[in-house]
Amino acid sequence: MSHDNLPVKDPDLGHSVPDPGLEPHVERYTDVDKGAGNRAYAAILMMLAAVPVLAIAFVVIYFAVPRDAYIDFGLLKANAQNVGFGLTGGLAAVLIGVAVIQWARVLMSDEESVELRHAASSTDDDRAAVMGLWDDGVEQSSVRRRKLLLGALGGAVGISLVPAVVLLADMGPHPTARLREETLERTIWAEGILLLNDENWLPIRPEMLEVGQLVNAQPANLRDLHGVEAHQAKAKAAIIVVRMDPNSIKVPESRKDWHVSGILAYSKICTHVGCPISLWERQTHHLLCPCHQSTFDLGNSGVVVFGPAARALPQLPITVNADGYLVAQSDFTVPVGPSYFERDSSQDFKDGDQ
Amino acid sequence: MANPTRIASTSPVLEGQPAPSANREMPGAVKWADDRIGLAKIGRAGLRKVFPDHWSFLLGEIALYSFIVLLLTGVFLTIWFKPSMAEIEYDGSYQLLKGMPVSEAFASTLNISFDVRGGLLVRQIHHWAALLFVAAATVHMLRVFFTGAFRKPREVNWLIGVGLLSLSLIAGFAGYSLPDDLLSGTGLRFVDGLIRSIPIIGTWAEFFVFGGEYPGDILIPRLYMVHILLVPGILLGLISAHLALVVYHKHTQYPGPGRTENNVVGYPLFPVYAAKAGGFFFIVFGFLVLMGGLFQINPVWIYGPYDPAKVTAGSQPDWYMGWVEGAIRIIPALETHILGTTWTWSVFLPGVGLMGVLFTGLGLWPFIEQWITGDKREHHLLDRPRNAPTRTALGVAGMTSYAMFWLAGGNDIIATRFALDLNAITVFMRVAVFVAPVIAFIITKRLMLSLQRADRERALHGSEDGVIVRSPDGGYSEGHLPLSHEEQFLLTQHLQHRVLEPGAETDASGVRRKKGGVSKLRARLSRWYLGHDIAKPSAAELAAAAHHGSHSAHAVEDGHGAAGVDGAGINGIEGPRHGVDAGHGPERAGLHH
Repeated sequence: MSHDNLPVKDPDLGHSVPDPGLEPHVERYTDVDKGAGNRAYAAILMMLAAVPVLAIAFVVIYFAVPRDAYIDFGLLKANAQNVGFGLTGGLAAVLIGVAVIQWARVLMSDEESVELRHAASSTDDDRAAVMGLWDDGVEQSSVRRRKLLLGALGGAVGISLVPAVVLLADMGPHPTARLREETLERTIWAEGILLLNDENWLPIRPEMLEVGQLVNAQPANLRDLHGVEAHQAKAKAAIIVVRMDPNSIKVPESRKDWHVSGILAYSKICTHVGCPISLWERQTHHLLCPCHQSTFDLGNSGVVVFGPAARALPQLPITVNADGYLVAQSDFTVPVGPSYFERDSSQDFKDGDQ
Repeated sequence: MANPTRIASTSPVLEGQPAPSANREMPGAVKWADDRIGLAKIGRAGLRKVFPDHWSFLLGEIALYSFIVLLLTGVFLTIWFKPSMAEIEYDGSYQLLKGMPVSEAFASTLNISFDVRGGLLVRQIHHWAALLFVAAATVHMLRVFFTGAFRKPREVNWLIGVGLLSLSLIAGFAGYSLPDDLLSGTGLRFVDGLIRSIPIIGTWAEFFVFGGEYPGDILIPRLYMVHILLVPGILLGLISAHLALVVYHKHTQYPGPGRTENNVVGYPLFPVYAAKAGGFFFIVFGFLVLMGGLFQINPVWIYGPYDPAKVTAGSQPDWYMGWVEGAIRIIPALETHILGTTWTWSVFLPGVGLMGVLFTGLGLWPFIEQWITGDKREHHLLDRPRNAPTRTALGVAGMTSYAMFWLAGGNDIIATRFALDLNAITVFMRVAVFVAPVIAFIITKRLMLSLQRADRERALHGSEDGVIVRSPDGGYSEGHLPLSHEEQFLLTQHLQHRVLEPGAETDASGVRRKKGGVSKLRARLSRWYLGHDIAKPSAAELAAAAHHGSHSAHAVEDGHGAAGVDGAGINGIEGPRHGVDAGHGPERAGLHH
């Protein structure tokens, strides 16, 4: 049982007490007591015998229990079939497992065996042999004499990676300055577009909003879009419309025409990672993002008052049209959503700007 | 090609096996297979391979079995799932969403949940198994870390493990996003922001991944490919390599009598280990089926289809992304502007950066530790965590930091449940993620050193006999009983590394050293890492202590040993006292300071 490729040469290094060797084997109750052994045997057989019963029950539930049958029993309120499948299937599998492990624990011999390890490394012989073989191969390949071969091969394979990578260039449109202008930097808001309440899709009149009220809104032209375009447009165009007491809010000089008697519209898309912001505190005029808790002050041009967002919420300039409905004056003046690398956002609105 | 005869004659695996007892003929079918693929050679090497037994070795098995359950249930789900973002009108049996415009992905998820019998069960098993897979892999990794099982020769397997853990996060996240419900869509919106925040290439990466502007209509088909082909394929390959290396290295074992660096003590693969492992698979599977049947998870019909303008309060990712979520919540606003560009640190650092730090740190650790300790030996005996105090303390500090980030990921829930100020929690967490690990480090290291001291005391003086005796002059003391040889061995068998001393500028013969000496930094780190270890008792100290207590020991053996408890009691009175009040020898006094 010994060999010369053991992991360590000095397994006793640092021992201050000599290794006493393996503990003596202690027989189990089921080894010594015939009755106990037989009882364990019977228990295992019973567990295995329950499995076919559960399997049949599973199949019966599949065909006999209606799909919409529902259990409402104390804490358990669930689809009857699902619960039935879970109980029968789960118990069957657990019983197989417990039976087999019990077999291993109490009936199989529990004498421990000892096996010698080997060092992870190869023997010195093998190492020398491999290096020899390698050298033979290198010699045979003639790269020693014709030295340019390896470099040329490396260069050829290396450069051929370029076409492979270029193949991926069509994964998406390229966000060049022009494309960014058409996508990230604009929304479907434009002059005269009606603000629609996104619950009932009706246009909003100023007198419908009380002070302190918040309404989620969408541009009316969103309804002309479908599928992907609609999703992409909605992901940027969603706004919140709030009415605050004009005397309790700060409106900078540059934005004094952007609101309609205390009704202001802001982008609903957080400038941190882009979650739709939704939690409104009437008293403080704060708007809290439920994803990462950036907090914006809608009474102060949407500047950040807390949290990880670094830019103020873009404000949508609104006015009232001839029919008395709220409409946009234009698109947002800055891109909505998270900042991106190519655009310097340092000129965006900050607290204290006029 | 290697020469098979030579392998057979030198391979320790084969030599370790006892010779077969009888000349037994192979059954026909096995012979057929052996004629073609040499089954007997593999069987001879592996059939009775020894695996050590310990509950903590089951953690990795749980991960493996969860993965198998994931493959089985995942195949079932692909039969009905449609990875498409095309908009259709929902027309299934869930009445509350009838007629709603939803994506095909969402509709087919509802179809699996309500119209395919057993579909809901399998979907829920799949989700629970995914959570269990990451959890078991994480705890398994902690076990490997704290017991030093990553040391030579297992560094490569540790790296494979780090790869597996990071990929399992991607696999989980990709799967979580497939149903296209409100919650998963919010998760994707976050991923969009995360990708966009990468400096320089962010916008391009975002447009490439999403096929244009968020959300686009190609992402779910792409994630589907990632989730069912790319990542599981790599996982399967890495898991195979992980297991192959376990077989090649043989499993580590905990120290104990008869366990050495050169052997492995345990039960043979066939039949004991195979039965235990196979049975355990059924138990893990069974529990997952029970969970799928009884515990609801991810009821997407309640969240509804994805709508880019909606989100719910209390949105949380699956547990394993909670720490990244927390980091993104507590980071202060941070954006810099350089030459007309914007660098969004407050998304990039906690998101991409933090994950990078964790996985790079984990990957480098075995090599860093080796460099600090100068340990070049192979290790097959596991460390008791107390015997590597600094490593254990670092591990607990890491866990604490992770836990703080993770708690921060639920700052809104904590605020509403405990009626606390959300902003105060956030500010507290900003500090806690840095301070709590330091406190945890100090406490853990002290605890480990105290345990080392207790081990030393116990090895030297034996166990207290439980009889408090008052001496005529009023002092109280308790006697000690000698330990069994086995326990004394267990308490003292570990190898203690010496602190590295900075190398001299010149070697013994006065020649200036080239590179390779121990640098000052390395020596300092080594002192910090190893310098506080409590020296285990040497053979001489043990002998001296035994002599010191020999009267007591002899009394047990010769005199009243057979009398059991009574004998021990008597003997405790007669034996030398290790005074509670009196000072007790220089080595002991020294140890307490």
